[in-house]
Amino acid sequence: MAPRDAFRRGAIDVFPVLLGVIPFGLLAGAIPAELGLGLEHAVGLATIVFAGAAQLAAIDLIGESAHVTVIVGTILVINLRMLMYGASIAPYLVDRPLSRRLGAAYILTDQAYALSVARYRGEPMDGRTRLAYYLGAAVPLWVNWQVVVVLGWFVGAAVPESLPIEFAIPLTFLVLLVPSVTDRATVLAALAGGVTAVVLDPLPANAGIPIGALTGIVVGTAVELQARESRTVDA
Amino acid sequence: MSDSSIWLVIVLGGLGTYAIRAVFLVFAERVASVPPKLQVAFRMIPAAALAALVFPPLLRPEGALTVASAELGAGLLALVVAWRTRSIPITLAVGITAVLILDRLT
Repeated sequence: MAPRDAFRRGAIDVFPVLLGVIPFGLLAGAIPAELGLGLEHAVGLATIVFAGAAQLAAIDLIGESAHVTVIVGTILVINLRMLMYGASIAPYLVDRPLSRRLGAAYILTDQAYALSVARYRGEPMDGRTRLAYYLGAAVPLWVNWQVVVVLGWFVGAAVPESLPIEFAIPLTFLVLLVPSVTDRATVLAALAGGVTAVVLDPLPANAGIPIGALTGIVVGTAVELQARESRTVDA
Repeated sequence: MSDSSIWLVIVLGGLGTYAIRAVFLVFAERVASVPPKLQVAFRMIPAAALAALVFPPLLRPEGALTVASAELGAGLLALVVAWRTRSIPITLAVGITAVLILDRLT
């Protein structure tokens, strides 16, 4: 496949995903409008942070006037998973110039990562073609996100105050939470994270959220490593 | 929250997120792979972080711990809908309608 074809292939593959993220992007625009934030804040988050779940969490915490360090900490904990994506995709793009890799990093998302690595595993390609495929998937995701967030802001600004639209934030996280809970370790990670956040909720500045998330990660990891160890002993 | 604090959040959150995205791509030649234990920890992030965001607004909607709130009832209903449909619009429609109705009743 030539790089130009690879770009087009990526754009075709990403198309259904673009439709899927529209509701999420609309919320990432509508909720800040509902909470009285400006369009510049919604767009600032979408362009500078560019990560849906972290944007929504940040908006939620800004609305509750949490401390800056707590909000930034929560953004980073949620986005830590992307370390994994970078590590997993890096070997496929290692022969590309650093400037291209730095650009690719900015638009790295769950969806672009998943599509690209699936394609790389199924099909031999050179580095240029791989990068072209990645960009074909990642660039439309970026453009789509910005457009939908702006649209969402105008929708949110028009929604009547009486509608409890802030409740959409935990509901959206619920939809994202369900597929991430797949086995015993992730169930316990979720329970430990959730319960710790509830117990620590009275802490000032919403510090319970990042502390709860970290607690859940530690508990889930310990459970999983313990299970692996006992499997090795059994074998 | 002041405008400058909001921008501080956006810029620091953005710089940190970019560093997370870029670190392995920048050092691609030198870093072979992520240690397996760290991979396990990364796999726990979505479940732990999302639950930490979901539980408090459902169990402490007004600050005090309660199991008799419109939010928890609507949240549990939404959980079933989210599990069956995996759809944000359907879950939001059901959840927000439910919280409006339960709020009237209680």
